[in-house]
Amino acid sequence: MTTALSIKGLKKIYANGLTALHGIDLEVAQGDFFALLGPNGAGKSTAIGIICSLVNKSAGAVKIFEIDIDLDFPTAKSFLGVVPQEFNFNMFETPLQIVVNQAGYYGIERRLAHERAQQYLNQLGLWDKRNGQARMLSGGMKRRLMIARALIHRPKLLILDEPTAGVDIEIRRSMWEFLKKINAEGTTIILTTHYLEEAENLCRNIAIIDHGHLVENTSMKALLKQLNVETFVLDIKKPLDQLPDHNSLCMRLVDDSTIEVDVAKDAGINPVFAELSRHGIEVSSMRNKANRLEQLFMGLVDSNRSQLNQ
Amino acid sequence: MKASQILVALSTIVIKEITRYTRIWQQTILPPVITTSLYFVIFGNLIGPRIGDMEGFRYMDFIVPGLILMAVITNSYANTVSSFFSAKFQHSIEELLVSPTPNYIILIGYVVGGMSRGIAVGIVVTIVSLIFSDLRIHNIWILSSTVILTSILFALGGFINGVFAKSFDDVSIIPTFVLTPLTYLGGIFYSINLLPQLWQNLSLANPILYMINAFRFGFLGISDINLWVSYSIVCLFIVALFSFNLHLLNRGYGIRS
Repeated sequence: MTTALSIKGLKKIYANGLTALHGIDLEVAQGDFFALLGPNGAGKSTAIGIICSLVNKSAGAVKIFEIDIDLDFPTAKSFLGVVPQEFNFNMFETPLQIVVNQAGYYGIERRLAHERAQQYLNQLGLWDKRNGQARMLSGGMKRRLMIARALIHRPKLLILDEPTAGVDIEIRRSMWEFLKKINAEGTTIILTTHYLEEAENLCRNIAIIDHGHLVENTSMKALLKQLNVETFVLDIKKPLDQLPDHNSLCMRLVDDSTIEVDVAKDAGINPVFAELSRHGIEVSSMRNKANRLEQLFMGLVDSNRSQLNQ
Repeated sequence: MKASQILVALSTIVIKEITRYTRIWQQTILPPVITTSLYFVIFGNLIGPRIGDMEGFRYMDFIVPGLILMAVITNSYANTVSSFFSAKFQHSIEELLVSPTPNYIILIGYVVGGMSRGIAVGIVVTIVSLIFSDLRIHNIWILSSTVILTSILFALGGFINGVFAKSFDDVSIIPTFVLTPLTYLGGIFYSINLLPQLWQNLSLANPILYMINAFRFGFLGISDINLWVSYSIVCLFIVALFSFNLHLLNRGYGIRS
């Protein structure tokens, strides 16, 4: 299988002495939808910056579709589309100008650039706004404009650095559908996000960076399998002063009408309901306490920090 | 990138630059026209007749070439420094940096943008000057080659300023404290033959003197400096500044961390 992105021993030491990346190795297969996660300051944006030439690396090698960026960066860059974390377009230009100009930087003639701009601005719901100044767009529209701009040269690898930050849930979900569609059409996608349910919903493989170290690199399924216990939150109909004796179940009373219960993955939830029902407790609703990936993520990051502290 | 794609990238940068300064023509084209018109009125019409002839020409006719070139110089410089710094400030320079556009094309694109603004303002100022003076062209080739080379040189100078600038103050420091004094002392309003020998010699260290004299030759057929010396110095500076700018871009100075 062709590798869309290959990183070996990537290291970055900034001028102030801060080591942002401690020699990470990473491979992303062609066609993958890959999550690159990590807490703030973990080194994700530095890694992305190096891949797309906004940051100079201190050591290591990066290949984009087998093209070494040290040997032929222009060709490597032609495969790449980037949606950065911060808005980085001229706020006084129009969305149409921004997208068409970006096409020009990739050598795409103006006529074709206009055709594609119409296509992507339409798909992302921005065509009606094409002639107004970009600064007048809402936050969600600005994010979608950056996606349209990144796609204008039809990149084989699209890197999205927190593309849905600050975007309302409706637009976020429509962006997810759009990204799923272009991934299904063959575009490899690398996504960084702080919304872990987003990564869980969209991505097949995942890497977690913390303090410049790669602490996990596996498939989403394999990672989620590591989770042995799930916590459910149960809202009960009648208030309780205290929980009745509950045998071997791990239950807590959060407040007089909410119970939390930890359930082993292979045990199922039925014994919990049976036990509550035996005590005449009726459940009105139930939900997961936290996103599954979030629990794993926190566990991996905490474990990496304890190792670093030792 | 293929040659045809490189040309598309170059034309995109140039069109973007021209669109930028024409969109804000009230800030880019109009002010130099008003300023230069004031020079024509005050120095040419009001004070000029009291000064008399300069090198055999009416004082107004003597200063017109220098004033036109001053507008070209300041606007070529201002365009690249403000446009490049603004792109850095808004991070929109990243649009270019992530693309396969070669660095030399980025540089040429910005320089052509600066050059086009310098020349556009120069043309408008020339048209305005016709109201005040009886302008004749002595040698169109020397005139046009000088204005093109000068605008290239100062667009390159503005680019360096844009690369090093970290704040809006840095954008105006060089034009205010270096460019304006050098332009005024470059023989716009006088012939260096009027100066004592020491000041004449010092004036020769001012590169703008060579450009103004070559440009004045294109209009009036007179120059304090040998034309070939003027061309050589300007070309030498262009090569040096182009190489330095390209080095800065390749190193990513001020634009890559």
